[in-house]
Amino acid sequence: MASDKDIMYPENFIITSSPYLRQAKNTRMIMLDVLIALLPCVVASTIIYGTRSLLIILVAVAFAVLSEGLSRRVMKRPQTIGDLSAVVTGLILALNLPIDIPLWQVALGSVFAIVVCKQIFGGLGQNIFNPAMVTRIAMMSAFSASFMTASRPVQWILDRFPDVIAESTATSSATASATMDAMSNPTPLQHFKDGGELFANVNNIFVNVFLGAHDTLAIGETCIAAILIGGIYLLLRGVIKFYIPVSYIGTVAVLSLIYGGFDLSFVGFQMVVGGLLFAAFFMATDYATSPLTNTGKVVYGIGLGLITCFIRFWGSLPEGVSYSIIIMNILTPHIDRWTRHKAFGQREKESMDRAAAKEAKHV
Amino acid sequence: MRVKLPDGVKDQVAHIKGGIHPDYNKNTHNSEPVTMPSPKTVRLPVSMHIGTACEPIVKVRDKVGLGQVIADSTSRISSPIHATVSGTVKSIREGDVTSSGSKVQIIEIESDGEMRPYEGLKVSEIRSKEDFIKAVRDSGVVGLGGAGFPTSAKLDTPPGITIDTLVVNGAECEPYITVDDYAMNNDIEPFFIGLTNTMKWLNIDRAIIGIEDNKVEAMENLLSYIKKDPALDINKNIDVVSFKAQYPQGAEKIIIYQTTGRKVPVGKLPHDVGVLVLNVNTLLEIGIFISTGMPLLTRLITVDGSAVRTPMNVLVPIGTSIAEVLDFVGLRENPSLVIMGGPMMGVAVSSLDKTIIKQNNALLALTQKDYSLADESECIRCAHCIDHCPMHLQPTSIMKALKKDEMDKVMDLQVMACIECGCCDYVCPAKIPLVHYMRSAKTKVRELGGHK
Repeated sequence: MASDKDIMYPENFIITSSPYLRQAKNTRMIMLDVLIALLPCVVASTIIYGTRSLLIILVAVAFAVLSEGLSRRVMKRPQTIGDLSAVVTGLILALNLPIDIPLWQVALGSVFAIVVCKQIFGGLGQNIFNPAMVTRIAMMSAFSASFMTASRPVQWILDRFPDVIAESTATSSATASATMDAMSNPTPLQHFKDGGELFANVNNIFVNVFLGAHDTLAIGETCIAAILIGGIYLLLRGVIKFYIPVSYIGTVAVLSLIYGGFDLSFVGFQMVVGGLLFAAFFMATDYATSPLTNTGKVVYGIGLGLITCFIRFWGSLPEGVSYSIIIMNILTPHIDRWTRHKAFGQREKESMDRAAAKEAKHV
Repeated sequence: MRVKLPDGVKDQVAHIKGGIHPDYNKNTHNSEPVTMPSPKTVRLPVSMHIGTACEPIVKVRDKVGLGQVIADSTSRISSPIHATVSGTVKSIREGDVTSSGSKVQIIEIESDGEMRPYEGLKVSEIRSKEDFIKAVRDSGVVGLGGAGFPTSAKLDTPPGITIDTLVVNGAECEPYITVDDYAMNNDIEPFFIGLTNTMKWLNIDRAIIGIEDNKVEAMENLLSYIKKDPALDINKNIDVVSFKAQYPQGAEKIIIYQTTGRKVPVGKLPHDVGVLVLNVNTLLEIGIFISTGMPLLTRLITVDGSAVRTPMNVLVPIGTSIAEVLDFVGLRENPSLVIMGGPMMGVAVSSLDKTIIKQNNALLALTQKDYSLADESECIRCAHCIDHCPMHLQPTSIMKALKKDEMDKVMDLQVMACIECGCCDYVCPAKIPLVHYMRSAKTKVRELGGHK
């Protein structure tokens, strides 16, 4: 070592096996992208339903992070708050809840989502069911009263765009339970199930796209534009792929077209109600609970579409989306098994082996 | 964005799925190589190849000439070791070549500073395929792309195998490395001597030079030589094929598929689909040996990484210690990771005492900002590893099956087709050392005798 006396060679170098290059993108950055994608929905829900929706979000996220931190500590596992996945779960859950839900129910839901649906299974990536979806269903059974009533926009929106409250309010008294007060109104899917007419304002594009031409149940699923902006952001960032949203939404569209006797406004109605779009972009694409391969994702999306439509058209419940995701979650490991990739050259190897076996038989 | 290709260059015939785009860092592109003064001592391991290690045929205190065979073997899959300086054999001791831990004998030669060629060196007379294969063996050439498989053994195909296409690997898809690029721009004549002789003696009708589309200059230089050489005709027996610059385009099965459209079946070799793949520098060294009789004694290696003062390509005698090469090039700070080869498939060295061996094409002195090590967290099932695997494997599924010791599933998932290129590791957001798991899985499958 003649020339550079100032350079000291270390005694021990890092010696791990290759590769030595890795992308900067990590789990936290992916979760951050999901949060950014959900931002338009947060803003929209705040504008449409007022600051209470921020409160719901805050409570849901806080309790999700808190229960994530505590359960990791209790289980003596590495802390995972930093990966932001608990924030995502909390936020998605919040956006799935109606505006009038009591906050203690929100908090309880968050704890349930993180502890029971996620951490008991081993944490991020290990859970079988989408935590926010299972929690929403659990809450719908446990706190059914909170889910009877559609979320109601703030007064200035009602004043300016009377269309957003469906004309259904008056006609659907049949379904109104005794517990509901005079202001309550059923969700459009419930109204439709009860044989109600489609809303007359379904063709008002502005109201449709930005405010939802219907009384939605959950605060996050109302603004179609916000959902689409977020979904496109996730697609562009490569966080999600188009296979699940396109095959899911596409299947629902095709089945609605057939069921509705080629009535386009019926198809449009089916697209924008029941949280279909929100779920298709943000919940059905959940890595942990959806299939690994692209083929698997298409199968999964079609399955979601079929189940959603079966429930909507022939089932007794108004909710198709939640149940379809839970049912397809169960099938995910099996879809993974059915749609396993063949290795590069595996087909060629198999046909060579078959040819050799044939040859051997002839000899 | 598609690069405008020179006239006469063909586009790839097939596209693989997967692969990655790391920063290429080809800092030494077009730089004039620097010849390193011959070192005072060289240490030459008797095995710088895949296959049987050689036995020393010299004794301590023997005088040796430059290019003299100092270790050899009778095994078919082996390659002789030549003295890379003239001088005296100082010691023959057991040592560790790379950092794999496996010990081989290392012959140390003290240079007399004269670089006196061995008098037994002569240009081989080649009259047949056998002569040619023997000449290649005598040249000491092994797969210089980094694999180190003895080239003579590769050329000596088993009976019943017909090779109709020679694919020349000029992809050079590993970041930093530019030595193949340099050869294609500057050592064109000996390269084509190697190429035309290989075609002639092995009776191969067609050659395809496969190059990534970031090396347009090399394509132009090759084409202008092809036009001049009467033995070569772009419409008949040779093609220059360009493919997208992407890692790992230079992997054998991938370059074959993209240039010929043929898929090598899992567990089979290129010759099973009638293809022979040789690296640019491998052919260049064959060409040099055929025309001058001088065996493989030096390697042009890319020395780069942010610990290096000036990245450069250095012509280094094989057997020179890494410390001497780094001293020659000059460091500006302490490296914390030194790699022989590229950052995707190279080997980290445990000490600078190791020497440059035949198949080295790069020496990287890296500091923390150059590399990123695995820091495993839970798999989030994002499937990036699956999307980017050029062999269409499911690294995450293999890893999980291995962790549960479900070896049947590991085998069903075709782990043996893994080429350890590192794409899965590169893209994994959970920073799981997937290649490490693939290697463990492959070792375990081999132990179980499941290698088909």
